[in-house]
Amino acid sequence: MGKKDYIALFIFALFLAIVPLILDNDYYTGILVFTGLNCLTCIGLSLLMGYAGQISMGHAAFYGIGAYTSAILTVQYGWSPWSAMFAGVVLVMATALLVGIPSLRLKGHYLAMATLGFGSIVHIVALAAIGLTGGPGGINGIPAFEIMEFPLDTDVRFYYFTWIVVLLGLFLALNLIHSRIGRGLRAIHGSEDAASSSGVNTSVYKIQIFVISAVYASVSGSLYASYVNFIEPDPFSVMHSVLLVTMVAVGGMHKIWGAVAGAVLLSLLPEILASSDALFSLLGLAYKTDYDMLIYGCILLSIMLFLPEGLLDGIFRGLHFAARIFRKSGKEAQTS
Amino acid sequence: MMETFLEVKQLRKVFGGVVAVNDLSFEAEDGNITSVIGPNGAGKTTMFNLITGFTKPTSGQIFLKGREISGLKVHHIAAMGVARTFQHVQIFPEMTVLENVMVGRHTRSASGLLHSFLIPPFFRKEEKKIRDDAAQWLAFAGLETLAERSAGSLPLGNQRMLEIARAMAAEPGFLLLDEPASGLNARETLVMGSLIGKIKEMGITVLLVEHDMELVMDVSDKVVVINFGTCIAQGTPAQVQVNPDVIAAYLGE
Repeated sequence: MGKKDYIALFIFALFLAIVPLILDNDYYTGILVFTGLNCLTCIGLSLLMGYAGQISMGHAAFYGIGAYTSAILTVQYGWSPWSAMFAGVVLVMATALLVGIPSLRLKGHYLAMATLGFGSIVHIVALAAIGLTGGPGGINGIPAFEIMEFPLDTDVRFYYFTWIVVLLGLFLALNLIHSRIGRGLRAIHGSEDAASSSGVNTSVYKIQIFVISAVYASVSGSLYASYVNFIEPDPFSVMHSVLLVTMVAVGGMHKIWGAVAGAVLLSLLPEILASSDALFSLLGLAYKTDYDMLIYGCILLSIMLFLPEGLLDGIFRGLHFAARIFRKSGKEAQTS
Repeated sequence: MMETFLEVKQLRKVFGGVVAVNDLSFEAEDGNITSVIGPNGAGKTTMFNLITGFTKPTSGQIFLKGREISGLKVHHIAAMGVARTFQHVQIFPEMTVLENVMVGRHTRSASGLLHSFLIPPFFRKEEKKIRDDAAQWLAFAGLETLAERSAGSLPLGNQRMLEIARAMAAEPGFLLLDEPASGLNARETLVMGSLIGKIKEMGITVLLVEHDMELVMDVSDKVVVINFGTCIAQGTPAQVQVNPDVIAAYLGE
């Protein structure tokens, strides 16, 4: 990972450390926990989408498997949240291998369809296997994580815990893409033929990265279950997979940081919309959460049309442009 | 007597009802430049894809230094020291020029997934070596000033050179060049010719498919002419140029 990434990571960490001190509001801190969880999943997804050039419309399922494994093992079998999370990771790795080996032979739309199907199967199982998952009623009373008998049972504690995990995930992902393996992956995205003729075992790499990105989702799911204490099938539906893909695409697929930006923006958006009630009433509308999807759609559409490299890239280009104009006008002012 | 490096034996490839390569047999000698020429659709690129493992032969065999490679996977064949370029340039457009060549070092480095995540000291050392070696091969192809540019932004001539730098970064024993001069102007073609000459001087066996006859006759030790998937003539450039079958194939008699 380059120097720039280290600096960005450091600044980001510093910023995250300060936020709860300023915010001092449990509700908003909670929103930021969910934001962190989405970030973690999106970092994994961006490795798969942006770097290996594969798409998964089933990542909410891995998120769900992680969450349910944690919930079932802790509540019904009395495991500690840590070992339950580890078991979730192992289970998700096995599942991802099983799904990935046949699916990754497919490309583009077909891969999207195959993973979509998988995601919807997992959701149906969560709804129907009442004996195991509690069905629509879900599972209650999931215990909090503990670090050396220090329980992470308040919003602020869990906020720090989540974001440390996110930063760790970000650090590992940034390392990966600037390595021999990471270059191999990006090469697959550029030209699969040239990558394989350079000696990259393309099929093994694609499956590896699929499994890794699923593990990110699984860890995120385990944290979710422990934070909310209660899980039900709904947050792990196909719609959530679509939302995750949207986050990565909006932020910018080809940069890990883009996925972070996209996840943060779209996780906070419902709150921003809800609190801008006044704006809606100005338009003569009453705000409904149903509008969220409409607005997501508009954002995705305009990003794809006008900023195909994503929001983050768009912002950087905007800044460059502004800096150029600024310098130019400065020079003109000097000469005149 | 020169040793045989590549031996293609009764190679055949059928796509549906079309016989693309029809019982083709020829040999390439160690350290030589062997060119394969023939009219469009003669089966040259299919033959390249068969040798490098992109497609599997319907029948027949391919031997590299006496070892059969037909049916092996592309990355296996690459690991045996076979590098290639493509007729339609295949670079990694979103990576920098230097990173493209670094991918070429893949078979010459070993860091795995865990190393990539955790960056232990020896990993950084290897990473630095990959970068330094890649920079050298970039300079070999004359692209050192463009190292940090995004590869997709280069003009075609430079992209062709980049493909060669990437292939050479693998330090191959055998290099297959698929129409390296196509789309190049006269000056760039000259540079390409001298680069191919330099590659030969390094002791690398080269198999060249090319339409630019001047370049072919200039650099080749041996020319194999194929038409409709079979070999219709082979020999030194001088011998092939006067062969009546070759003239007939090219002039469409």
